[in-house]
Amino acid sequence: MSFTLLFEQLLNGLQFGVTLFLMAAGLTLVFGIMNFINLAHGSLFMVGAYLALAAANWTGSYLLGAVLGLAGTLVVGMAVEIVALRTLYDRDHLDQVLATFGLILFFNELVAMIWGRAALFASVPPFLSGHIELFTGSSYPLYRAAIIVVGFAIALLLWWVVTRTRLGMLIRAGATNRTMVAALGVNIRLLYTVVFGFGAALAGLAGLLSGPIYNVQPGMGELILIQVFVVIVIGGIGSIRGALVGAIIVGVVDTLGRAFLKPLLGTLISPPAAESAGPALASMLIYLLMAVVLSFKPQGLFPAKG
Amino acid sequence: MKLRLLLWGIAVLLLVALPPVVLAIGQPFYLDLARRILILAIAAISLNLILGYGGLVSFGHAAYLGVGAYTVGIMGFYGITSGWLQWPVAIVASALVALAIGAVSIRTSGIYFIMITLAFTQMLYYLGISIAEFGGDDGMRLKSKSLFPGLIDLRDPVAFYYLTLGLMLVSVFLVHRLVNSRFGMVLRAAKSNDARTRAIGFSPYPYRLAAFVIAGAMCGLAGALYANHTNYITPGLMSWQQSGDIMFMVILGGMATTAGPVLGAFVLLLLEDLLSAWTQHWQVILGPLLILSVIFFRRGLAGIFYKADA
Repeated sequence: MSFTLLFEQLLNGLQFGVTLFLMAAGLTLVFGIMNFINLAHGSLFMVGAYLALAAANWTGSYLLGAVLGLAGTLVVGMAVEIVALRTLYDRDHLDQVLATFGLILFFNELVAMIWGRAALFASVPPFLSGHIELFTGSSYPLYRAAIIVVGFAIALLLWWVVTRTRLGMLIRAGATNRTMVAALGVNIRLLYTVVFGFGAALAGLAGLLSGPIYNVQPGMGELILIQVFVVIVIGGIGSIRGALVGAIIVGVVDTLGRAFLKPLLGTLISPPAAESAGPALASMLIYLLMAVVLSFKPQGLFPAKG
Repeated sequence: MKLRLLLWGIAVLLLVALPPVVLAIGQPFYLDLARRILILAIAAISLNLILGYGGLVSFGHAAYLGVGAYTVGIMGFYGITSGWLQWPVAIVASALVALAIGAVSIRTSGIYFIMITLAFTQMLYYLGISIAEFGGDDGMRLKSKSLFPGLIDLRDPVAFYYLTLGLMLVSVFLVHRLVNSRFGMVLRAAKSNDARTRAIGFSPYPYRLAAFVIAGAMCGLAGALYANHTNYITPGLMSWQQSGDIMFMVILGGMATTAGPVLGAFVLLLLEDLLSAWTQHWQVILGPLLILSVIFFRRGLAGIFYKADA
């Protein structure tokens, strides 16, 4: 196991972690403020990837496609909130889980109807293809590096919005006491729709960034969604800081596990046994991590409400 | 009460009369469908025990379906085909898995419980995918159905159907007796008010864990039946969509009611069958229907007929 390889895998882990964070931030905001659990968050990830791909093919420009994809996901998210989810805020989590489960079926099938069931290929834009040299003898794909930069920029932007702007103030106030905020004359319904659309756009961004790395296909959102759940449970539901820390931990642990667990096990047990145990253990690693974290801190690492 | 018994009587009569009728009209496919519904109804009944009466929103109930099915498959793989061995082992294995998952999960509550049960089931799902000996992603074929020499031949579809129907009715009866016993009273009390239950001297944890294990064991039996029903076991049995499906049966039918899960299983699976015969894009219709049912049928279908037991 050379140092270069380890470093590259660490960066891959960071890149995956940043993608998870973009998803987790929206999910945890919506949960923290509306007390709403949205299983269909993964569908918005998928919608973002498809819309950006379609728009890029249509306009011939990657950036224009990305902007249109983001705007489209924002609109889809707000529309879903207004049409279906608004009535469910006062219900218990069970009803919310079931209704958004129905939404997943709907979106997966709708996407399959429009674009087909086969995986689509999204290409890396020319200005982001190629590699950058980190230090002598090591190069890293520029596109993945760009994702890391975008992710941290968004994290910074989120921190600024939440702590330094009026909207952020309303969001924090809404998370603490909804009734009071409404009583003070804030249009809480509009605030909810805005926050939901905001979260949807972040999921869409994660989706369109992931397009060239993973397959763009129906159901792609659910694969990542469950890992995002692990992230926000580890980080503490409702906390953006927790989402960031949890996402980086899960991203790095998962990536390193997949890369190094098999050879590592091979030195301990017989190689054929490691051949089958390695991948199995690697894909279970983050769930084990979650179980360990929850048994020490049942509210996650950064509990949102004191 | 009398009306309920009457409705149950009519339903059972219809189910008993089904095989001769479908065979007479030459549509054996419906026998297959009905058997699948009855098997998944057992899974839904078991989930109702913890979800409906215990208030434990487990989003990972498909795990036990998978453990039960894989137990039958793996024992068959090693040449143990006796059902007298396979089925009890499937039940015990599911109970043990439920004990492990429950022991950790029940310490948490609310949304954490939903997610941790989901995560544990995902773990088992990935385990199923990555073990190549037992088919991995593609699944494994059952070499032979479970053998019950001298008692029943599962290759006879009608006999298998009646066995499934019988086991389903036993499950209904068992859960009904359980929730109306002292044990069930404590379980329901803990659901409606945890603090008061503690105040009168009951610790909810062991009761919840026991219910969780019983539900897991019962669902394991459904898994063993399912393996024999399809002759084919895939990790997809443990997927979270499957967990969601079982959950939906309970909610759609009406949770914390005796008939709810059975009713829900029939309505959901018949609807799926009907829609999928009509268009391959049936999920685009089913999804919104499910959302509407959550928004408008707050007490489930059984709520139309009578008030909830709890």
